Amino acid sequence: MGILEYTDAHHDYRKRLRLFLEKEVTPHADQWERDHIVPKSAWKKMGAAGFLCTWVDKAYGGPGLDFLYSVITTEEMMKTRQTGMATSLHCDIVVPYLSSFGNEEIKQRYLPGCVSGDIITAVAMTEPGAGSDVASMETTAVEDGDEIVINGSKTFISNGINCDLVIIAAKDPAIENKHAAVSLYIVDDGTPGFTRGRHLEKMGMHSQDTAELFFSNCRIPKKNILGKKGDGFIMLMQKLQQERLVAAISNVSGSEVLLEKVIAYAKTTEIDGKPLSKRQSIKFTLAEMATDVRMNRVFLDNLIKGHMAGEDVIAETMMAKYVSSEMINLMADRALDLFGEYGMLEDNPLVQDFRDMRIVTIFAGTTEIMKTIIAQSLGL
Amino acid sequence: MFELTKSQKEIQKAARDFAKGEFDKEIAYELELKGEFPRKIWKKAADLGFLGIHYPESFSGGGMGILENVLITETFCRSDSSIGSALALATSGSECILRFASDGLKTGFLPRLAEGDILSAIALTETRRGADFRFIQTTAEKRGENWVINGTKQYVDNGGNPDTGLYIVLCRTALDDSPPETGLSLFLVESDRTGLASRPMGRKLGNNLTATSTLTLNNVEVPESNLIGGPGAGYDLLRRYFDESRILAAARALGNAFGSFDRMLEYVKGRVQFGKKIAEFQVSQHKIADMATKIELARLITYKAAWTFDQGKPDSSLSSMAKLTAARTAMEVGAQTIQLFGGYGYMTEYEVERYYRDAKVIELQEGIKDVQKDTIASHIIGKIR
Repeated sequence: MGILEYTDAHHDYRKRLRLFLEKEVTPHADQWERDHIVPKSAWKKMGAAGFLCTWVDKAYGGPGLDFLYSVITTEEMMKTRQTGMATSLHCDIVVPYLSSFGNEEIKQRYLPGCVSGDIITAVAMTEPGAGSDVASMETTAVEDGDEIVINGSKTFISNGINCDLVIIAAKDPAIENKHAAVSLYIVDDGTPGFTRGRHLEKMGMHSQDTAELFFSNCRIPKKNILGKKGDGFIMLMQKLQQERLVAAISNVSGSEVLLEKVIAYAKTTEIDGKPLSKRQSIKFTLAEMATDVRMNRVFLDNLIKGHMAGEDVIAETMMAKYVSSEMINLMADRALDLFGEYGMLEDNPLVQDFRDMRIVTIFAGTTEIMKTIIAQSLGL
Repeated sequence: MFELTKSQKEIQKAARDFAKGEFDKEIAYELELKGEFPRKIWKKAADLGFLGIHYPESFSGGGMGILENVLITETFCRSDSSIGSALALATSGSECILRFASDGLKTGFLPRLAEGDILSAIALTETRRGADFRFIQTTAEKRGENWVINGTKQYVDNGGNPDTGLYIVLCRTALDDSPPETGLSLFLVESDRTGLASRPMGRKLGNNLTATSTLTLNNVEVPESNLIGGPGAGYDLLRRYFDESRILAAARALGNAFGSFDRMLEYVKGRVQFGKKIAEFQVSQHKIADMATKIELARLITYKAAWTFDQGKPDSSLSSMAKLTAARTAMEVGAQTIQLFGGYGYMTEYEVERYYRDAKVIELQEGIKDVQKDTIASHIIGKIR
């Protein structure tokens, strides 16, 4: 008996999605990895098939489904061997800001496009000088008549090249309190003064269009503010639970996929007439991996349940994000050992996992930030 | 014992100065992207006597030991992991000539290797998925005065590089013998022999400055004088070769770990987050302490293995311990270095992700962890019944 109550409709959705991804995404993964970007048309196909932002209300063009559909989408995307089409970032991390904090006009304007895939979103918090320390951001937003003028630069922005809409965090330089100075704004693609910098070359996640974004006297209408002025940090904090839960879902389902691949390899590969899976050290390695994955899964599913019930599971979510990202990182490393020298060839699909997974203990809050928050939750 | 000699320190300094003048982050980045061997740097390194430092002076070598070779390898890899590894592998397998071959082969090839005239390669593995060397299929059959070699080898570093002048090839010379290891022999095969062909195995996770290839030998004829150490000696010689090659792999890993560590240290002392230098956080400091401790341990065991070898008492167990420890250290230091760099650590622009990829390749080459542990355990436990 599972912890999560998946219905036949959920199972059916998973089945349809899997078929779609097997046809429309996975076959293109290698090409996208080489191109270092995913074509926007792929997003639109995914949207047209009804797999983006499944939680968005019918009033705004979505099917209005529960969070389990998001969970399923995140899980199935982990099997596609590409990270460029960062649907969970778009659907479950960025778009919820528009929905939760945008006024009616903003919701009408953007949500249908987010569901259809016509609008790809990104969130811009990190700056060259402000990584984990988000509050030290230097990007400014200054009111000028009916407009807001944004100046500054952001970096490591996922979907940075493809995005049609960026939610940017910027501070009012007139306000001294670092936290109270920050507000969130919507910047549309094509706004004068908004330019994209370099497409950043990374160790892995090559199909992901991570980029720098520049704002130089970028003028946006005043109505593009998200929520109340000065509430930027409060809004960011409110969304952290789901953001990090999504990261943990990716990690745990990614680990499950990885484990499956490694077990299959151990069973089917004979070296000197003996299957790898008959070697005791390999059996134990796989037993350890399976144990880690199962324990993470049970903890995670409980969290998903709590999150869906509206509970405050913030500390537990940080725990899940921290442990699951360390787990998948270590697993991707240990997995290569099974292959010996074959583990160093890019032809080996697990090499990509090794390169891709090294970032997960860093992005969406580093392991160190997770531990800091967990310690706070203990009253330390 | 716990201090390098004056001459060893001078060698270290010379290697450091050379690397400082010749190695360059941008060059390494370009070469890695193209998968190109650092040919110019290799030529210069040879001119200055850094290659074959462990060969006798009569063969254009430095007349020194493996410890000196370790110091150069470590220093080069510390300055640039990928360039250093490529230089260390320039004479790959040549120790089979140095330690086991006839004077004729030594005279014919060691000077050319030391002088940077040719690269060498060693061809052992035969399946993509790796296997015990005892079960290789490549054959060498005696026909008249010559041996005729047929077979396919995988994971041949420097394979197909136009500068590669020779391959050390493990062959089966006795087909009916049992146990299987008694029928193996080592041959030196010049790269211009008819019937040799190589094909790149494609891009690797790291160490892309050294091409790794598939080598096919189709009726390749070599004279009797190209047989190293007599027929049937192959397996035994190879095990002795590993005693040395694993120490050199450990040196590459040690240099790689130091390389990550140096770059990490510079970064954490400069980068400010939450109003403090990253190096000022206790957790960072303890990470640094752990890394430094691991590196010191890896260095001690690698130097001891080299020193023991130089005393004429090669110790398979110690060589494996050094390789196991140094490679794991490079991985752990590399992982924590990237972590301390945060997002920048994942960016190609900041070399540390390349060092981490190179480290994993070293860990997978020259025998994975399980192979080293098998060697160590069998040495300690011996034969049970």
